[in-house]
Amino acid sequence: MASPSSGSSISAADVIKVSRLARLDIDDAQVEHFTQQLAKVLEHFTDVDALDLSDVQPMTQAYPLSNVLRQDVEQPCLDRDEVLAAAPHAEDGRFRVPTINGEA
Amino acid sequence: MASLPTTAAEIAAAVSSGSVTASEVLEQHLAAITARETDVHAFNLITTDTARQHASRIDADVAAGKPVGVLAGVPLALKDNMCTHGVETTCSSRILQGWKPPYDATVVQRLRDAGAIMVGKTNLDEFAMGSSTENSAFGPTKNPLDLSRVPGGSSGGSAAAVAAGFSAVSLGSDTGGSIRQPAALCGVVGVKPTYGLVSRYGLVAFASSLDQIGPFANTVYDAALVTEVIAGHDSMDSTSIPQPAPNLRSAVSQGVARMRIGRVTDLPGGAEPEVMQRLEDAFEVLAAAGAEIVDVTLPSIEYALTAYYLIAPAEASSNLARYDGVRYGLRAPASEVNAMYGATRAAGFGDEVKRRIMLGTYALSAGYFDAYYGKALKVRRLIADDFDRAYTQVDAILTPTSPMVAFPFGDKVEDPMAMYLCDVYTIPSNLAGHPAMSVPFGTGAHKLPVGIQIMAPALGEIPMFRVAGVLEDAARGLS
Amino acid sequence: MTDMLLHNGWELVVGLEVHVELATKTKLFSGSPNRFGDEPNTNIDPVTLGLPGALPVLNQHAVELAMRIGIALNCTVQASTFHRKNYFYPDMPKAYQISQYDQPLNVNGFLMLPGGVRIGVERAHLEEDTGKSTHIGGATGRIHGSEYSLIDFNRAGVPLVEIVSRPDIRTSEQARQYVTELRAILLAVGASDAKMEEGSMRVDANVSVRKPGAELGTRCEIKNVNSVRAVGRAIDYEARRQIDMIENGDRVRQETRHWDDGEGRTHTLRVKEDADDYRYFLEPDLVPLAPSAKWIQTVKDNMPPLPAARRAHLSAITGASEESEAVIVVVERGQDDYIHEVVAAGGDAGKALVFVQQAFADETAQPRVPAKDIAALTVMERDGKITSTQSKTLLAEIVANGGGDAVALAAAKGFEALDNSAAEKMVDDVIAAQPEAWAKYCAGEEKAMGALVGAIMKLSQGKADGKVVTAILQARRTA
Repeated sequence: MASPSSGSSISAADVIKVSRLARLDIDDAQVEHFTQQLAKVLEHFTDVDALDLSDVQPMTQAYPLSNVLRQDVEQPCLDRDEVLAAAPHAEDGRFRVPTINGEA
Repeated sequence: MASLPTTAAEIAAAVSSGSVTASEVLEQHLAAITARETDVHAFNLITTDTARQHASRIDADVAAGKPVGVLAGVPLALKDNMCTHGVETTCSSRILQGWKPPYDATVVQRLRDAGAIMVGKTNLDEFAMGSSTENSAFGPTKNPLDLSRVPGGSSGGSAAAVAAGFSAVSLGSDTGGSIRQPAALCGVVGVKPTYGLVSRYGLVAFASSLDQIGPFANTVYDAALVTEVIAGHDSMDSTSIPQPAPNLRSAVSQGVARMRIGRVTDLPGGAEPEVMQRLEDAFEVLAAAGAEIVDVTLPSIEYALTAYYLIAPAEASSNLARYDGVRYGLRAPASEVNAMYGATRAAGFGDEVKRRIMLGTYALSAGYFDAYYGKALKVRRLIADDFDRAYTQVDAILTPTSPMVAFPFGDKVEDPMAMYLCDVYTIPSNLAGHPAMSVPFGTGAHKLPVGIQIMAPALGEIPMFRVAGVLEDAARGLS
Repeated sequence: MTDMLLHNGWELVVGLEVHVELATKTKLFSGSPNRFGDEPNTNIDPVTLGLPGALPVLNQHAVELAMRIGIALNCTVQASTFHRKNYFYPDMPKAYQISQYDQPLNVNGFLMLPGGVRIGVERAHLEEDTGKSTHIGGATGRIHGSEYSLIDFNRAGVPLVEIVSRPDIRTSEQARQYVTELRAILLAVGASDAKMEEGSMRVDANVSVRKPGAELGTRCEIKNVNSVRAVGRAIDYEARRQIDMIENGDRVRQETRHWDDGEGRTHTLRVKEDADDYRYFLEPDLVPLAPSAKWIQTVKDNMPPLPAARRAHLSAITGASEESEAVIVVVERGQDDYIHEVVAAGGDAGKALVFVQQAFADETAQPRVPAKDIAALTVMERDGKITSTQSKTLLAEIVANGGGDAVALAAAKGFEALDNSAAEKMVDDVIAAQPEAWAKYCAGEEKAMGALVGAIMKLSQGKADGKVVTAILQARRTA
């Protein structure tokens, strides 16, 4: 089976969907702006369609290592007060967030 | 004051022997900062007080006859994407403005242990995304050699700090050329070590499989010295190579006799003619020094830029998801948590960061993964395979660092692809995970510096520094 | 198979996803403690909080416990990788969960239910837990109607193994047995404390119904099933709900439902949407986990015996059935080794099983009572030196005191069983003293026996064994 082509251009609807996935509010003008700019970057990727990649293994590590492990030994913890002092909103030893609508 | 040493090696030797004090050296650099920082804007934060305290401690240790480190009293600037305990670390982003990490990066710990004195945190393109330092939320850094031009990026502040004499050495991070390209544009030495040679623990991630920390310095020897201090295994980073730091200082003066140096016959075009002329000059110098120049081909590197601009944003989209206004950094007011996320991230990130988050999210999303991210990883393999073939024939490969010398502000801001082309020669070694460095080698248009890039196979830092030492000697003769 | 069908010939199809927290000292990827019940946000480090620059490093002990689970469930332990599962939620610090995706550590196993039914195990993989949200305001402490939430990250990064069964379960009783047996296995191999009430073992049930032989029906995922009993109830309720819907001409919607144990019903939590786009990609901050054959063998060699084998062994030495309550309970408590110790000290195995089941519910796997003390008590009772009632009294005292010499205690209390000739004499004395009761008993009035036995016990001051006395009375009547 041929891999899907990367030629299809990104649409404004794609950009809106992506902005929601990325939790990044954008207005209508930015939708247009990003649609154009992303399309331009993705257009260059169509060059890659010239390559036969069917037998190529994806490269997933910059340097080949495996089985890197640590011993199950306790290390010092961070100071809670120092950490909570950096939080936008803390209460009762915990991080406070606005109400959560819907599950993740 | 004229007799004070200037290179890191000389400073450390003089401070250790007691012939000058760390405080004297520091004051000289602080004076340079006072004189020019307003124009250059290399720093997000200058840590004058803690630097003076640290210098006094070192001087006291020397006076008491206690041992001091190999970088004793050397003024150091850190790119503002490396965590410093209790000292603001912003990544030049509004979203992290004011954040004081509760821990130190491994490199910070190692440099402090070696006696280096941090004078400040340097400006960068927001989250290291850019090639001009124009993407900083806190305003651009200017090239100390020509204030109307960019210093390169993303580590523009660290390159400018060394070029302007604000610090003897500095650290940057290099994901697609962010150390080497600004080094070239500012006329200093910049090193991107082998992926995994230097711990990334405490480096704020941009693209985890590409990011690597390295030094800027005025001399190749200083760059070797700092690399030795920060390199070597760190158990806090799973991708850290389990080997001790190599001895690089001795390589600098070893010469290149009988080394085989690669000339890429299918190098992507578009470099300025003066830049290409300096590259030819460099080959002549190396041949004259006894190296053999061998033609090699890297057929897949023409695709490196497009692969990089999917892989790096994809990883970045995930790495930057943690800036959600819950635990640290900016939070925009909202009555519901998802609304808070969207508003916080819209207010906190700049345009280029948003563009890459969007691109990366798209490239990883259902239905597009195979077409974009999956393919990009295969292209990455092809590029690494090209290098592996080439390195059966040669010990190192020479290219320009940047296609162009420092360019004026605003030249490429409106056209992302034009900006991305700045990295065309530097990106391949990030994709391969290989070491590469830029050495100043003469000048190009407008009498601005040109950098020559030396690339080597994984853990090939020693041959790389041998070549760099020879080019540096020859460049002294040029100027 | 007909007895497995629900009314109107519907067949139940259930698969269980069980999350268990591993009994490590520290988190899956960092060194802060894995400890339940501490003050909020005290077991935190840069990795746990997802601070910028923090990097994960895998806990070897967590891997070994996960391998034990895989081996105990007859899985193939294989080379594996970690992915990022990207989604935003306030208790998920990095906005991605590190989990095993297409290459899990353990695959293709099975769990044998005590009755001999084999339930397939698709996979058992490693992943990290989230923090905990507390919803403040509103009536119920539930998320809906709350004003805000507070987040505690102590649990974030705690190692989990997710065990995914195949949809092989056909009755709610099998589901209960699966959870019970899995829990026994987890305890036996020391992988987890598996406390459902504390959330260290969490069960999600995927429930659907179909006519036998038909395609699988649309399934609903039931969450918040917090006890073995609730597993059965929730599945029964959900099956009934789905059958009613289909028989009323409705269609079952694929959704996640919440079990309300108080109301005894499930509620819609959320409808599965296409928007669930987790953008899985390989975690670039970790390297592959590929256990060598030697490592797997070492873990295998150090595996404690599994519950099924332990039940068989206990059954063999005590004569009780493998499926008897006593054998199951004692093995679940881990007290079977103790029974072996009692036997080794010369004790009676069958009586020891009864004693331990009845009197050691509050003791740990290694009771405080010396095995020789229990051994002595079992021997006294077996040999008729004391009555069973006396032995119960002594057992309670020995357990309360954490030990004691049964012989000395019995003597101190004046406990002794009458020998048979003494008992026979007392029986004859009572028959002589109560001729009316004796006549009624001989006429078949069993109630009269109670009066006779009571009188004999009184006469003996409790030293007569009720069973022995009854036997003598019966012998006299038939004589």
